[in-house]
Amino acid sequence: MTQPVSITLQNSQDGFAIAEAIMADNPGAERRSMPAMTKIDRPGRLEIKAASVSERLGRDWDPQEIHLSVISLSGSVDEDDDYFAVYWR
Amino acid sequence: MNIDIQAEAITPRRQTFSHIARRFGTDKAASRYEEATYDVQPVANFHYRPTWDPERELFDPRRTAIEMADWYAFRDPRQFYYATYNISRAAMQQSFDDAVNFVDKRGLVGSVDADWRAMFAAYLLPLRHVEWAANMNCQLIADWGYGTQITSAAAFCGTDRLGIAQIISRIGLVLGEGSDEQLLAAKTQWLDAPEWQPMRRLVEDLLVVRDWFELFVAQLVVLDGYVYPLVTQAFDRAGAAHNGSPLSMMTGFLGDWFADNSRWTDAVLKAAAGESEANRQTLGDWFDRWDERARAAVQPVADMVLGDRGASAVAEIGAQLQDRVAGLGAIAEREKAA
Amino acid sequence: MAARKLNLKQKYGHFTRGLDWEPSYQSKDDIFPFAKYEGIKVHDWDAWEDPFKLTMDAYWKFQAEKERKLYAVIDSMAQNNGQLGITDARYLNAVKLFIQGVTPLEYQAHRHFAHLARHLPGAGLRVAAQMQSIDELRHCQTQIHTISHYNKFFDGIHDFTHMHDRLWYLSVPKSFFDDATTAGPFEFLTAISFAFEYVLTNLLFVPFMSGAAYNGDMATVTFGFSAQSDESRHMTLGLEAVRFLLEQDEANVPIVQGWIDKWFWRGYRLLTLVAMMMDYMLPKKVMSWAEAWETYYEQAGGALFADLARYGIREPKYADVAKAEKGHITHQAWTIFYNYTHAAAVHTWDVDDQHLAWLREKYPETFAQYYEQRYLNWRDQANQGKRFYNNGLPQLCQVCQVPMAFTEVDDPTTISFRVSEFGGDKYHTCSDGCKDIFDHEPEKYSQAWLPVHQIFQGNCGGATVPEVLDWYHINQGADNMDYAGSPEEAQWEKWMEGRRPAAPMAAAAE
Repeated sequence: MTQPVSITLQNSQDGFAIAEAIMADNPGAERRSMPAMTKIDRPGRLEIKAASVSERLGRDWDPQEIHLSVISLSGSVDEDDDYFAVYWR
Repeated sequence: MNIDIQAEAITPRRQTFSHIARRFGTDKAASRYEEATYDVQPVANFHYRPTWDPERELFDPRRTAIEMADWYAFRDPRQFYYATYNISRAAMQQSFDDAVNFVDKRGLVGSVDADWRAMFAAYLLPLRHVEWAANMNCQLIADWGYGTQITSAAAFCGTDRLGIAQIISRIGLVLGEGSDEQLLAAKTQWLDAPEWQPMRRLVEDLLVVRDWFELFVAQLVVLDGYVYPLVTQAFDRAGAAHNGSPLSMMTGFLGDWFADNSRWTDAVLKAAAGESEANRQTLGDWFDRWDERARAAVQPVADMVLGDRGASAVAEIGAQLQDRVAGLGAIAEREKAA
Repeated sequence: MAARKLNLKQKYGHFTRGLDWEPSYQSKDDIFPFAKYEGIKVHDWDAWEDPFKLTMDAYWKFQAEKERKLYAVIDSMAQNNGQLGITDARYLNAVKLFIQGVTPLEYQAHRHFAHLARHLPGAGLRVAAQMQSIDELRHCQTQIHTISHYNKFFDGIHDFTHMHDRLWYLSVPKSFFDDATTAGPFEFLTAISFAFEYVLTNLLFVPFMSGAAYNGDMATVTFGFSAQSDESRHMTLGLEAVRFLLEQDEANVPIVQGWIDKWFWRGYRLLTLVAMMMDYMLPKKVMSWAEAWETYYEQAGGALFADLARYGIREPKYADVAKAEKGHITHQAWTIFYNYTHAAAVHTWDVDDQHLAWLREKYPETFAQYYEQRYLNWRDQANQGKRFYNNGLPQLCQVCQVPMAFTEVDDPTTISFRVSEFGGDKYHTCSDGCKDIFDHEPEKYSQAWLPVHQIFQGNCGGATVPEVLDWYHINQGADNMDYAGSPEEAQWEKWMEGRRPAAPMAAAAE
């Protein structure tokens, strides 16, 4: 399934770190800056690795903290201790 | 220059919403709680009858035998609206997290007598199922209740019950040293053990009560009025003789929550009772019916934990509950048992 | 002692489904009396898993954090008179539509997700529903608190719950949500969680929140972003719940398809008010309704329905009509409001040349041809002191309750008008979409409390317009009528005097 999935994040400190982590870890992802938010699209699946975000923030980041930064998403959600992903089946 | 002009021009034309000014009798500033609750629920001109209850309207005061001239007499003394509710519970949860981390990191559970650890698991962990049903009952009150004040508070109470069920579950994981074996054992007890069947039967019977205020009395006043004092006082004290304090530490949330929730339930009960003799009669009937059931449900668990002292513990808590409810005007003063 | 440490998914199972049990003292049918009457078949409730795995400890923590941030902004806006920063006071009419029309729907959603949290047999779904229930209460209460400051200065906001239950245009949203909440739990899930909160959500969010951002309403923007993170949980519930129903039994597919068709159409008609707001009420425009529909339905919907095709679900019926109408409906809606603004709690106004140019550019095939001239005529009349107000009452569609000003898809000079018969009476609808809905459940839609019928039946305070306006609690001469000459306009001009640059000082003598 190569329909695009997407996630839209607030342009907050945490939001920036998450966006950077996504771009680094998901080849083929495209990023669009809009007023006060950042939208990232990728065919099929995109994954946010907790370790990646933690490294960029300088503290332990729990995938559940995504609730503080997400504005919208398109696709199904998958979450576990160390990652948060959006995908189409 | 600018400051002068702004001070002249930026004068509010009104202080609050009209529906609130009507309640006050004058247009004056309202609190956030007042603005967030007064008259938000619709009361008129519904378009269709519910297919799930065609004899009633979408919001209908007739879904209970209680009658109120003004359903906004149920002011929550805690004045919870969404923000203050979550901030309160986040703080309480932090205390729990700190306590569990403290206990877990230092391996303090191991210093409790093994027998008491087992007893503690035996009386506490099955209660997560009681809380799950309490959650469902709160959702029924939030669904079918009348007026934003009592229904929003019931919705908050519902998520509180889910939170408590999850707190008890986390304690179960600590007791199981990270595994779920204690939780699974507790579920088997809940389903099959003789001591728990009167409670489970009561809980399932409550799930088919349809009058939402009766459910308020049965669950939030009566059943909670036995379970919480038993667990946080009588049972907890019994643990002191067995080095039980690490376990006590982890249950602090329950006692704090019950005290907080009682402020609300007592205010509601007092307002309903104070409204009319008819309400007092209804409340009294409900209290008697469910008090008898609740006693029968907790007695075998109290016997299991306290042995010979189980009967007197339940009787004492029952007497305190009666006094409390009588003090709110919801039942007539009762003769105390000798 | 090797302790098997549980991961997030396993723990989550114990914290939700594991709390539940099979009852034996009471029957499941008695505990869940509404689970079967819609004909939906579910064989395994445990197959539904909440992808977000949010437990109450995390919920309280994150939501408290979001509320602290949001209320800091609300307080700041109030303290600093943030309303002075908006582009123009006409913008406030979007805010009025929002508090009158949308905020009460948040409240209804709060109550009805509690209904689902009690009455859906699946434990996982009950947990997701109860979080959504208090999320919706959050939205309702934060909107009231945000807009409370505007209420102090602007009109039309002061009695919003009273008006929502009575005014003619507000029966459009009220009947929409009443329709969903009087239906069974599975229809509600499909109508609101899926069709409204997933398929159509951006068409509510983008116009209002971006409209706020473009017009200097920082408090509403902040509310919007804060609420959207809740919405991503709601959207996910909608998508996953519909998938779950489709996967449980093939027999569910045609039922769900019927609901998708109905609720796409009712939701689309509800959005008429939003569409009008974005093309006409925002001094600084975000995009046209036609553009929004193309982006947020035609393109985004493609990916979604491609995904659902595997279950035998097709795109909603009459999606082609919505596409064909997108060049027309906002102008028709503005026409309605211009006609009846003396009986509404929002202002309208004559369209200036700059705005006309924008409309011509955004609607090259329809605006100049069908709508521009009537606005020019009305402007002329207003300039002569004879601003037009329609003293009749409009016919409302029996289903969507929008006044019947929509036109035939292939003929914009003919009003679209459908008739059904039921119980010896005739009922009128605005479109094939609404007629289908009526004909499928006529006993339900014949119950509707149509504001105009109710006025004629003498149930709305009296036989004259001023009496009805009193009954509506409209402050006459303030809440209603043209923006030009309103108290709000006078107030705005006075504020702006203090903020516009003063005339340049004379050059200092050398």
